[in-house]
Formats: sequence, C-alpha cells, structure tokens
Amino acid sequence: MTSPADAKAFSSEASPGSREETAPKQELGALPRFDGTRSGAGRPKRQRLLPTLFRTTAFKLAAAYLVIFSIFAVLVLGYVAWNAQRLLTDQIRSTIDAEIQGLAEQQRQGGIRRLVNIIERRSRGPGASLYLVTTPLGERIAGNVEALPPGTLDRPGESEIEYARSSEALDTPSRALVRVFMLPAGFRLLVGRDLEERERLGIVIRRAAGWSLALVFVLGCFASWYVARRVLKRIDGMSETAHGIMEGDLKGRLAISGTGDELDRLALNLNAMLDRIGELMAGMQQVTDNIAHDLKTPLTRLRNKAEEALRSAKSPDELRAALDGSIEAADNLIRVFNALLMIARLEGGRAGDNMAELDLSEIVSGLAELYEPLADEAGLALACKVEPALKIQGNRELIGQALNNLIDNALKYGAPEQGGDGTVTVAAHLQGDQVELSVADHGPGIPQADRGRVLDRFVRLDASRSKPGFGLGLSLAAGVVRLHGGQIRLEDNAPGLRVVIALPAVPKPVETRPPSEPAASTAPSNPAGLPTV
Amino acid sequence: MRLLIVEDDAEAAAYLTKAFREVGHVADHAADGLVGYAMAEGGGYDVLVVDRMLPRLDGLSLIRSLREQKDDTPALILSALAQVDDRVKGLRAGGDDYLPKPYAFSELLARVEVLSRRRGAPAAEPTVYRVGELVLDRLAHRVTREGQEIVLQPREFRLLEYLMKHAGQVVTRTMLLENVWDYHFDPQTNVIDVHVSRLRAKVDKGFEHAMIHTIRGAGYMVRDIAR
Repeated sequence: MTSPADAKAFSSEASPGSREETAPKQELGALPRFDGTRSGAGRPKRQRLLPTLFRTTAFKLAAAYLVIFSIFAVLVLGYVAWNAQRLLTDQIRSTIDAEIQGLAEQQRQGGIRRLVNIIERRSRGPGASLYLVTTPLGERIAGNVEALPPGTLDRPGESEIEYARSSEALDTPSRALVRVFMLPAGFRLLVGRDLEERERLGIVIRRAAGWSLALVFVLGCFASWYVARRVLKRIDGMSETAHGIMEGDLKGRLAISGTGDELDRLALNLNAMLDRIGELMAGMQQVTDNIAHDLKTPLTRLRNKAEEALRSAKSPDELRAALDGSIEAADNLIRVFNALLMIARLEGGRAGDNMAELDLSEIVSGLAELYEPLADEAGLALACKVEPALKIQGNRELIGQALNNLIDNALKYGAPEQGGDGTVTVAAHLQGDQVELSVADHGPGIPQADRGRVLDRFVRLDASRSKPGFGLGLSLAAGVVRLHGGQIRLEDNAPGLRVVIALPAVPKPVETRPPSEPAASTAPSNPAGLPTV
Repeated sequence: MRLLIVEDDAEAAAYLTKAFREVGHVADHAADGLVGYAMAEGGGYDVLVVDRMLPRLDGLSLIRSLREQKDDTPALILSALAQVDDRVKGLRAGGDDYLPKPYAFSELLARVEVLSRRRGAPAAEPTVYRVGELVLDRLAHRVTREGQEIVLQPREFRLLEYLMKHAGQVVTRTMLLENVWDYHFDPQTNVIDVHVSRLRAKVDKGFEHAMIHTIRGAGYMVRDIAR
C-alpha cells in the first residue's frame, strides 16, 4: 500500500501528462476512431448482462440503499461506542472519587502514616488501582506508579495520562485516568485507574463495525443483484410479450404475477389498454364487414337498376324516372355511409372540442315539437313530459341526432297493435345525479332476448323489415350516449318499448339554496349600510 | 350572379361550373387555394364556393385571409370531413354557410342564391315582409292575407318568416331545419314537409292561388304567382 501522500504525488504527476496525451486525441475525435472502438466492441457481447444490470432502476435503488444503510450502521455503531466509553469513564471516575474520599478520610483520622500503610497494602492487590503519595516536593512515599508525565502532580484534579507501573514497563506506557488530591501539609495523593478496559472495548466495537459494514455490503450486493434480476426478468418478459403483440399476436397479454405490485398494476393497465385497442380494432373490422355486406347489396341493386333502365327504358320519361330512383338510392347510401362513419367516430371516443353545457329540456321539447305533426300524421300522439332546465355537458347536434333517432323509431314502430293507446311519450327528469331521458311507445316492443342485439349496427328485427331503415339509428344513439359518459337501456313499456338514456347531469348551483334566499341574504351582507354601486 | 368555385377536383369543378352556368350564373374556377385567393381578392365575386381541403392554401385559411383583408364576400364551405365540430370550425373561420359532401346540386344552388341575395340586401331587416297580399309583421307577430288575419303557432310563424324573407328563392328542407329549428343533423324523415303542409293549410287554404310552392327535388318557395 502506498501512503496517501505518495498516491497524491503520483496522481498529480500523472494527470498533466495524461491530459496532454488525450487532448490531441479529442481534437481528432470528430473522425471515427475505429481502432479504439473495435477493441472494445468484442467485449459488450459477453458483458451485456452486467451493464444492463447496472442500468436497471432496481440496481440503482439497491446501491442507494446500500450507501444509506452503511451510513446508518456507522452512525449507530459510533453512537453505541461513544456512549459505552462515556459510561465506562463515568464508572471509573466515580470509583476513583470514592477511593480518594475514603483515603482522605483515613488520612484525616490516622495521619499520613496510616494513609501510606493503606496504600502500600492496596497497591499490592491484584487488579489494583494506581496509587501514589508524594511529599510536597514530589518525592514518592508510597504507591505503585513508577513513571508519570512531568507536572502531573502539580495539577490537582482529573486528567488522562500515560504512566508506567514499574521501571521495566517504561517503554510501553499505559493510559490511565487519574486524579490528584492535595492533602494537608502539602502531601499529594494520586489515585487512578488503568484505561485498558476502555481501550479494549473500543477495539471490539471498531472490529464489530468493520464486520457489520462488510456484511451489510455483501448482503446488500446479493439483495440488489437478486431484486434487479427478478425485476429485470419480469420486465424482459413484458418486453417479449409486447414484441409478440407487435408482430401480430394481438391476443397476447402480459403476465400478472398476482402480487399487486407496481409491475402488476402496469401490466394490468397495459392489458386493459390492449383490450380497448382490440375492441376498437374489432369495431373497425365490423365496420368493414358491414360495409362489405350491407352497402354492397344496395350498391349492386342501384347498379342493376341503372343498367336495367339503360337497356329497357322506352321513353325519356321512363329514363328520367329511373335516374330519379337512382339518385334517391344513392342518397340513401350516402346517409348510411354518414351514419356508419359517425358511429365509428363516436366509438373511437373523439368528441371534438365542442362539448358545452346544454339545456336538455330545451332540446327535448324542441324535438318533440318538431315531430308532433309527424306523429299526428302517423295517427299517434306525442306527449312531452320534461322537467325544466335540465343541464348536461354535451354536444347539441349529437344529442339531438340521438333523440331524433329514438323518436323516429318510436313513430315508425310504435303504432299499437289493435286500437290501443297510441301515445309516444318523450320524458326527461332528474334522477339522482343523472338526467334520465326516455322515449316510450305502445307498439309491439322488442323481445327481451333481442334487446342487447338491436344496439349493434345493421341489426333489424324481422318485424321491422317491412319499414324503411337501415338498422343504424339505435347504434348511433348508443354511440352518442357512450361518448357522453351515459348509459342506454331498453325496457318493457308493457306493452311497447321504452328506451332510457341516462346522462350525467351538470349540478345546478341554484339548487343548493332556495331561490328566495339569496335575495334575503344580500341585505345583511352590507351591515355598514355603505352605498353599493 | 358571379361565382368563384375553388375546388381541386377537376371533375367536381367542371360539373359545378357547368351546372351553375346552365342556370344562368357566371362561374369561374380556381384549382388551388392560392390561385383562389388571388382571384377572389380582385374578382368582385358575389359568392365564393370553397372546398375545405385544397392544395397550397386550405379553404379555411383562404377565407380567414380574405376576412383579414376586410373582404366580406359571402363564402360557402364544401367539406368532405364529416366531423361533428367541422361546421363550427368552418363558420368560425369566417365562412357564411357550410355544406358537407356529397351534396345535391339543388341544395348548393339554393344556398348560394340565398347568400348572394343577402349581400345586396340592406343592412337592417325590414320589419314587415310583403309577398303579394300576404303580409307578415315581425314586430306585431301578425300575419294577414288580403286583410284577413291568419293565426299561426310560434314555430309556424318563424317558418313563414324565413320563407318570406327569401321570397322568390328556393329554400331547401335542410335550410329550414337549420334556420328555423337550428338543428344541424339529418332527421332522415319528411318531418319538414309535414310542417310546411300544416303551414300551407293555414296560409293557402281558402284562397284562389297558392303562396307556398313545392319545388320538386329541391325544396320550397314563397312566391306570388298572381302577378
């Protein structure tokens, strides 16, 4: 081992040299240095696991903990050592004090001779304290101390000194805590105790500290390696699964260990995300299938009609009629297309930024009014039971379109079977923190088994096939409702169908206190009678 | 009426120019946004028909730039985007009307004609609309024909008001739905027809000739054919 001074000298000598050497290299650094990189390039393959391990969060955390715990261990051991030493010193000190007091007492009773006798007797005992009685001039009268630092006896009171018990031990002095006491007539008494015990304790504690630090370090290294390996393994597993999913295994999901830790939660969230993406993909797939099937059919029909007209129309009028029919068919197709796109967009969950606070009551009664003549013409009555000022957060056009579809359906399919009550009821009211909007008819209704199905695209029940429509109205309404964070459900109106839409209500600030109260409370709020502007 | 059609699809542009010329309008064509902007700036057009997605300068920016130059030539936006907030964005950019693609030419024509007429109209709306013997007083909320009062529901009044405001012009069903009811969605039914026929029953019944006419394949028009 080199001494610190040597090391310092070495490094201060070495660094300027090395700097001089590296400086020109760095200037060349703009050009790729193949020789240097290649020599290192062979190694990474073998070393790949280790650098990865060093770069993991688990490893960094473990290292940080290791350092912190080591500092703690040092602090705790240091405190224990310091405390133990202090306790021991206190004990020694009180022993000395007691002895001095006892000896002083003896001297007072029996004079210096008696004191000398006692001391001579005591100093011979095994494990004896240190004693020394001297004349006022410092000549030794009795005691078991051979050598003392000069001047010790001139300072009354306590001190820590080096001493020797006998002349042979002069080369290896021991430490002791001593107290000098001035006896009457200038005699001096020194009592002390060897500190070997205390020193030995210090060594024991230091050794323990060293060992425990080593242990903490070794265990910490092991623990961090283990934890990092475990976490690394799981994350590598996740990466692998993700890779698999990217390569087309869309059914693949991340493994859940079941411990509910952060990684589990991450995996759960990622799985939920994958599920959602899967749903959207399935939705898209369904749209494509729908387009393939439900739009191809009318397109073929349109094409055939045009061809037929071209071939067999005799007069310009017939041709014109055929063309009119074609345009109408095309318009219908466009409608279907628009509705499909809108549903797909709604399911994609993009509301746009034009969600605003709406007065649902106004929309509902407005639409009821719009449809009232149509209901009248269909031989039905349209009743509107709407609570005033129901507020929701939403898009007016979308909500209008959804409700429009429901009313349109009710008027189309809600005619009672034989002379029953032909009222279609549009209602809206507050139900808890939701606004419930319903359209109810007394038609044949929808059988329980079909209620979930009719919300899907292009589903038309056999009973409705004779009426115009594409089977998109309800799915569009459902999409709108979902986008607004609400629920749609189909209920039995006994007889008939009731479609209920529940949308989150915007809480009314006025409702918290009666309308008369604010007016009353404004008066006392101005007690000073100051003029208000 | 002088029209500028800014549309990058050559076929659609050719179809529109031809169709507008056939009904007696002057229609010019610009194939991209920058050319369209240059032509619109000094062209003195009555109405601009602007496609939303154009090369070099998109339709909304074109209109916005014109508005910044204090040019308030009425502009109708055509758009293939069917997003819900698309119309709002179009109108916010300074467009006066908005028509999603695909559209019927009759719808486009009716809207363009209403826009061009609006330009020449005085700033203040008259308080009384008069079509032949049919008189609608907007302040008194009163409708008379040949001096006889016709009692109308509030919505019927607004329907007639809109039709009379654009007397002599074709008004489509969608225009009625948008302007009288303020709904911008597709009701998929003949709901407007029913309202018009109710109004017609009150306005035209018992009189010699009809005021409210159905224009086949397009919409409705209020016109006094007695003169």
